[in-house]
Amino acid sequence: MFKILKYSFYDLIRSRWTYSYGGFYLLFTLSLLWLSNDLSKVVISLMNVVLLLCPLIATMFGVMVYYNSREFTELLLAQPVRRTSIFLGQYLGVAGSLSASWVIGVGVPFALYGVFGSPQAANFLMLLFVGVVLSFVFSAIAFFIALKNENRIKGFGLAILAWLFFAVIYDGLLLLSLSMLTEYPLEKFSLIASVLNPIDLSRILILLKLDVSALMGFTGAVFRKFLGTGLGMVVAFAVLLLWVVGPVVGIKRVAERKDF
Amino acid sequence: MKYGVIRRLPYLHTSYLHTSTYMFRWIFISTLMLAGQAVLSANTLRVCKSCPVSSIKAAIQQARPCDTVFVETGIYKEGNILIDKELTLIGRGQPVLDGEGKTEIVTIAANHVHFEGFVLRNVGTSYSEDRAGIRLKEVSDFYVKGNRVENAFFGIYLQKSKNGVIDGNEVIGEAKDEVSSGNAIHLWYCDNILIINNKTIGHRDGIYLEFVNFSTVQGNYSERNVRYGLHFMFSNDDVYRGNTFHDNGAGVAVMYSHRIGMFSNHFEKNWGPAAYGLLLKEIHDGQIEGNTFQENTVGIFAETSNRIVYTKNQFIQNGWALKISGGCQTNNLTQNNFIGNSFDLAVHSAGTDNKFDGNFWSDYAGYDLDKNGIGDVPHRPMKLFSFVVSKTPESLVLLRSLFVDILNFSEKVSPIFTPENVVDNAPLMKVVEPDR
Repeated sequence: MFKILKYSFYDLIRSRWTYSYGGFYLLFTLSLLWLSNDLSKVVISLMNVVLLLCPLIATMFGVMVYYNSREFTELLLAQPVRRTSIFLGQYLGVAGSLSASWVIGVGVPFALYGVFGSPQAANFLMLLFVGVVLSFVFSAIAFFIALKNENRIKGFGLAILAWLFFAVIYDGLLLLSLSMLTEYPLEKFSLIASVLNPIDLSRILILLKLDVSALMGFTGAVFRKFLGTGLGMVVAFAVLLLWVVGPVVGIKRVAERKDF
Repeated sequence: MKYGVIRRLPYLHTSYLHTSTYMFRWIFISTLMLAGQAVLSANTLRVCKSCPVSSIKAAIQQARPCDTVFVETGIYKEGNILIDKELTLIGRGQPVLDGEGKTEIVTIAANHVHFEGFVLRNVGTSYSEDRAGIRLKEVSDFYVKGNRVENAFFGIYLQKSKNGVIDGNEVIGEAKDEVSSGNAIHLWYCDNILIINNKTIGHRDGIYLEFVNFSTVQGNYSERNVRYGLHFMFSNDDVYRGNTFHDNGAGVAVMYSHRIGMFSNHFEKNWGPAAYGLLLKEIHDGQIEGNTFQENTVGIFAETSNRIVYTKNQFIQNGWALKISGGCQTNNLTQNNFIGNSFDLAVHSAGTDNKFDGNFWSDYAGYDLDKNGIGDVPHRPMKLFSFVVSKTPESLVLLRSLFVDILNFSEKVSPIFTPENVVDNAPLMKVVEPDR
């Protein structure tokens, strides 16, 4: 598995897509830092970017890589290698290279501006972590969808739909149900509902770090009380981990049974 | 007394003028009085541990009206000291009056008392009486200056008094909750008082005014008070100016009070689930000008407040800059700066005649083709999400999500839900420069 991971990773690291992705973050972060010079503001702007772009790019990339490396995969399948390790290796290669681009693209400019040692260090690490987790989650979902669908168009469509669902539709449904159920106490419901969506959970983790929770009044207090404690953090990370593990298990199961 | 003079403002209510003329008269008379005392008959007495008079009570008893009593350094544990004559008491080297947690310390019950330079310590909490460090009881023409009150239930307590100055005192407590703490400076049924340059920390309210008219609160600093930094109840025609309210339960509450002028104050970091910079409730004809609201959860929360003019205020990085709830009418907002607030405006009442023209909004996205400094496209400061949140507070969990951005954008393009009359028809392109 690690050999395949290595090949896949090196292959991707050398591709211009990864370069341009990493380069984009590098330029973007540098220009933001250069323009505002205020680390905390840049962290907030990047938060919007990470919540939008990381899942989107990871989804696209995951699907693309799977379909493009199909011949290589078929070649590998003919070799005495376990199926799970082929697909998991490929998946980890994609997620790893995406995370590397993100961490280097954002991390280097911040490090140059001396984020470590400033009070923003914890927030920045949270941002990096969230980006990495989102990359892992959404490339896993994309891989799973691609593996399930031989038809490329359908695969792409479903993957985009999945991204759209988590990024936009889910929030729309949440808002709708909140405004319909407004007579009921909704703190717990909104807490649970937003913990279940990896993008929402990431957003709230960052928002709480940035101390906007007071804005949210009573709901914010409930969130802070839950996520501010050790248990809440453990639950949050467990949910994020579950969002990685779930699709990966799916990949494994589909890969084992799939007929090529 | 450069502070006592009202700055020449375009808007001057006659009542504010009243305050300043009274103040001039009082200062003039008291200066004459002091000068007269020095030249004419008045004696001075010294109180210290080794002096012939070693207790303050004895000194007050011996003194005749218009005398001056100097109290030297030392700790005096004399229980409740009653000043019932027209005296000047001056502490030299900060003598300490210790109430030992049992009694009120100083009670002033005569007119024309000057009380300066003492440290008052340990006034016990009582649930049956309002004990204070210094109490002024139905007196007039007093001057309380440069005292320090520590660990008191109530700090300085004025009841039914008028024409006096509370100047440069520090009242510092360790209040934990509203029930077991008193106010730092408490006024009840007072007229024409100047409260200037005091520091109030860690009490229930920093400064509390109930039935207080024609008074000025100026240059004070309030921090970490459990409830409000400054609190008006049923008080009319007062002015507060140039005060700083930092990290209180809420900065200032103006309730059931009319014709209050609020100028050049700073409201900072009143941050928490139920915190406000300024709370307005049932007030009318106020003027809010040149204040700075920075990093408060809610900059101003207005409830049933009518005919209030908001001009030249800075709203910077608040959660909500301004929340106007139902029943607020004929308010006028103009020439304010709204910069980097999560929500600039939340207006709950529809169909009212509040005006929002001619402000600067940092998220205004319009253009100015004729370069006259006024945007050509009207600005709607109330976003759709702000409207949604006012209906369903829980939906704040979606703050800064992509969906909400899309929602706000589509509403901006073609407004359907947000109240039609909450609109700035002449949004400014540039920040309004504050007066210096």
